[in-house]
Amino acid sequence: MSISARTTSATDPPGGATGAAGPGRAGGRGTDGSPEAPSKRTGGPSGRTRGRDARGRASVWTRMKRERATYLFIVPGLLFFLLFAYLPLAGNVVAFQDYSPYWGIGGSEWVGLQNFAAMFNDPQFLRALTNTLVISFLQIVFAFPAPILLALLLNSLISERIKRVVQSIVYLPHFISWVIVIAIWQQVLGGAGPVAELFATIGIDGVNIMSDPETFKALVVSQVVWKDIGWGTIIFFAAITAIPNELYEAAAVDGAGSMRRTWHVTLPGLVPVITLLLILTIGNVLTVGFEQLLLQQPAVGSAAAEVLDTFVYYRGIAGGDWGLSTAAGLFKGVIGTILVIAANKFAKRLGTEGLF
Amino acid sequence: MAALLPTAAPTGETADRRPRHPGRPVWMGVPSKPVQAAKALTIAFIVLVMLYPFVYVIAMSFASREAAASGGLFPTSFSLDAYRSILGGDVVTRAMLVSIGITAVGTTLSMIFTTTLAYGLMRTRDVPGAKFVLVLVLCTMLFGAGIIPNYLLVRSLGMLDTYWSLIIPGLISAFNMVVVRNFFMGLPSELLESARLDGASDLRIFTQIVLPLSKAVLAVIALFYAVGYWNAFFNAMIYLNDTTKWPIQVVLNQYVVQGSALTSIQAPDQPPPPGQTLQMAVIVVATIPILLLYPFAQRYFTKGVLTGAIKG
Repeated sequence: MSISARTTSATDPPGGATGAAGPGRAGGRGTDGSPEAPSKRTGGPSGRTRGRDARGRASVWTRMKRERATYLFIVPGLLFFLLFAYLPLAGNVVAFQDYSPYWGIGGSEWVGLQNFAAMFNDPQFLRALTNTLVISFLQIVFAFPAPILLALLLNSLISERIKRVVQSIVYLPHFISWVIVIAIWQQVLGGAGPVAELFATIGIDGVNIMSDPETFKALVVSQVVWKDIGWGTIIFFAAITAIPNELYEAAAVDGAGSMRRTWHVTLPGLVPVITLLLILTIGNVLTVGFEQLLLQQPAVGSAAAEVLDTFVYYRGIAGGDWGLSTAAGLFKGVIGTILVIAANKFAKRLGTEGLF
Repeated sequence: MAALLPTAAPTGETADRRPRHPGRPVWMGVPSKPVQAAKALTIAFIVLVMLYPFVYVIAMSFASREAAASGGLFPTSFSLDAYRSILGGDVVTRAMLVSIGITAVGTTLSMIFTTTLAYGLMRTRDVPGAKFVLVLVLCTMLFGAGIIPNYLLVRSLGMLDTYWSLIIPGLISAFNMVVVRNFFMGLPSELLESARLDGASDLRIFTQIVLPLSKAVLAVIALFYAVGYWNAFFNAMIYLNDTTKWPIQVVLNQYVVQGSALTSIQAPDQPPPPGQTLQMAVIVVATIPILLLYPFAQRYFTKGVLTGAIKG
């Protein structure tokens, strides 16, 4: 029964405004066309009966009625996203309030942009912002290229078996939580671990890499590399596999050795995916490993380990300064969203596909 | 194709080596000995750096008192005292049970809600409003509301200090939903249409055709959810004040990372093993479920990651 309507709709231009304009049209058509339409579903393009629009498909109301079972699948998920993704967005109005849990959002006093002014005059916030940007920069320079290099190295291995074994080993840390990663690193690199002991045997006592604020940023980047270098190779492997073998053969015939083939064939083949990932990474500069830093801040102190997210947590949930911490979170969220969208636009302009 | 290349001629060094590497195209050649050695060393170094921390922690968790005291890169004697001690006390055992429960219930609920939504959003052309809902869901990947508004919401819903606070706020991942939906849309549409023609209801098509045909992607997504629930730390830390409800990650943070006194997690009636050994044992216990899932997960997860990389 429903097939005919479905086939006609398939001829509509893709991306037509059918779905998005739904509510508006439903109001217009529903009243005049709906009662009879469900029973008349025989017409092709010629059968423009009531309940069908100019392109010969059933009216929105008719289709909604026919697909009512489908809405039972959609509604629970829709409610979830409205409640837990969109409603908290509105909760950001706390950033413009002198919020107190006792009075709630309805009863707290509105203070305009006061929280934002206080935030930008807060040395702790400025330090968090600086630390965030510095760590992000270090990660783009050191952690971002690491999986590319590893993918190239593994790809050049002769033995498929060794390649697979190494892959299963380097993917593993990705699945371990930050709590466990930090705990393990503490045991190995901390003051009581084997590395400190090695240093002690050559006469350097009291080495504790895990609590040294001076080297903390390098430590953070190393941890990220350790945890995610393997996982990061997956997407580059996929891109490498997509490079046609004929290109390598032609290069080899022309006398290019393996280095030159990597440089002139593999790398150019990776450029689109590298560009895309790099730009998205830049779009995320205000987000650096939240749990990773939160877990280690007690050991190294806030001067080295305060980033925007930990600032929001300590000021807000731990410290009770709700308005200011929400303002900081909103600042981060808005800038982050703008950066991601801008980065995506830029990626498209460069000729890559973009993410959305 | 390879025959076109001059190096494929049956003379010369490259050709002699060919049988040793079946499947490797001739044009790749074979790197010189120093290059091979450098690569082998690099790989060995990477593997060592990746594995040593795990091996060290596991070995130390089994170390006897004397071996742990003497230190070194590797302990030499074996003892189960640390495990007896933490599994005899009730903090770690209870936290493990909580984590297992959250992971099981959370993964089940997440799978139900993710797959039903993905099914509902499959036919955006036919179902008025579906496209709009899809865009609404996709947009959530671009922004997050922030820590404080989420906390205030969970608090105003009365979910603080309940296990639901660890499950409901992250019930559906938009990314996972898109991966599942992409997979569903790749199923042969004639099959679904003919079932519809035969009068099968949506529920029937969903449970008897779509889900059974999607086992591979469902396995990947279930694993992603399970790993996520097992590893979740921050939510539990902020939403649960009641320490008896803590999952294993929070306990691990408290007693190992932040180094709170270990006396409360030991079995009361035994002489305590060295603190470090106890900490190692807690780490191992918290990691074991992941290590058990890992070999299974590994078969599927590259597939999952790459499906997700395809544009939604």
